[in-house]
Amino acid sequence: MPDAPHTRAACFSCLRAFFAAKGFLEVDTPIRLPAIIPERFIEPITSEDFFLQTSPELCMKRLLARGYPRIFQISHCFRRGEKGRLHHEEFMMLEWYRLGADYRRLMADCDALLAFLAQNLDKFLPPDTDFIWPARLREEFLLGAETVSVADAFARHAPRSLDEAMAAGAFDELLVHHVEPHLGRSRPTFLTDYPAELASLARLSPEDERIAERFELYSRGIELANGFSELTDANEQRRRFAEEIATIARDGKTRPAMPERFLADLARIDAASGIALGLDRLIMLLLDESALATAVTFAPDDL
Amino acid sequence: MYNASDLRKGLKLLIDGNPYIVIDFEFSKPGKGQSLYRCKMRNMISGNQLVKTYRSVDKFEKAELEEKTMQYLYHQGDEYHFMDTTSYEQLALTAEQLGDNAHYLIDNMEVEGLFFDGRPIDVTVPTFVNLVVTQADPWAKGDTTGNDTKPVTVETGYQLQVPPFIEEGEKIQIDTRTGAYVTRVK
Repeated sequence: MPDAPHTRAACFSCLRAFFAAKGFLEVDTPIRLPAIIPERFIEPITSEDFFLQTSPELCMKRLLARGYPRIFQISHCFRRGEKGRLHHEEFMMLEWYRLGADYRRLMADCDALLAFLAQNLDKFLPPDTDFIWPARLREEFLLGAETVSVADAFARHAPRSLDEAMAAGAFDELLVHHVEPHLGRSRPTFLTDYPAELASLARLSPEDERIAERFELYSRGIELANGFSELTDANEQRRRFAEEIATIARDGKTRPAMPERFLADLARIDAASGIALGLDRLIMLLLDESALATAVTFAPDDL
Repeated sequence: MYNASDLRKGLKLLIDGNPYIVIDFEFSKPGKGQSLYRCKMRNMISGNQLVKTYRSVDKFEKAELEEKTMQYLYHQGDEYHFMDTTSYEQLALTAEQLGDNAHYLIDNMEVEGLFFDGRPIDVTVPTFVNLVVTQADPWAKGDTTGNDTKPVTVETGYQLQVPPFIEEGEKIQIDTRTGAYVTRVK
């Protein structure tokens, strides 16, 4: 068994040092919330009349609106029914947000973060640690990520083009089974230029409205992070939320409430970007393991 | 009915009227995308394998399978007769349905049967059975051909290779998973 607790502690300390050096403020927001982002494919776990956060996104964007321009948080998140080799219903998320910056700035942050880990993680490990960097991973982290558009990645690895996949409703399936395993193989990869239909909470590109300013970071076939230029148009955000709420209700699930306070604060933000990184997965890669269960302090089956 | 979220290794489902058992399962979900449940399944009758990816909205019928403990009575030609030890009903299985298991059946032996729609789809005999050797050539001492086994026939008619010192009338233990000789039994 790898020494997950020491590696996790070193990783958290190293990340805190990275963000402190970049002038970020560490925040801690409530994880039990009266309203969350309505997302069709992310199901919350309830706690009495509240929801456990699926991401600290709402509160962190509200902090941006309240004058905290660079913030990060390491927190537990919860998503019902996500149980698998790379999914746990409770997991550790790292999120960071920048006011007045777009998604390209976050991509630069990702490169800097992985390089910082490669150079400094060892300093945060105890002297008698048996942690060894997996072969070549440190070099890969130091290289910086290559950028591949979703359309190019599909053309290269999937049996159908991106347009065909979207038309057939097969995007997720082809992405997971055909594209993802090839991403981040010799160095980390940014998957970029998501179709507008998959914008989620991302802004559409001002140059090309068919494309969302969203990217994902992959290393060794593992999806590590999802970032975007935040949609800050509160009216457009309300319209997308309303659509999502209607879809969730049509699916026969409880109709989520509109996060009104979030929308009110969002209206005060001009431009911002934010990213969520799955820390358990990053730690899994550092431990050279292939399942989250070996990278957490207690696996779900061990509770 | 099962939901996609019930899928896991070992679950038995009815697909197009056939019972399938999930032999491999992986949950995946791309960022902001939907949950995907990829299942590798084995048709419990034909043994054919199938890989399919399901989504949260998919629902499945349970494969209703019945397990019965059966006592072996006798066989007549191609038919092997058993008694269900719970209901005391008699039932017959064909040699084809029993496969290699027919090699190990002796009177009163208890076997486990798995039934789907009243049809037996799997029969499990004890892992080790002791059978009497009914035909064996004598051990030619000083045999220099270097053979370290010889063929014998046991009481069920099954033939197998055993060490040369085994003689007619002796009891031997056989591993029913491999059909191979294990040891001599006193």
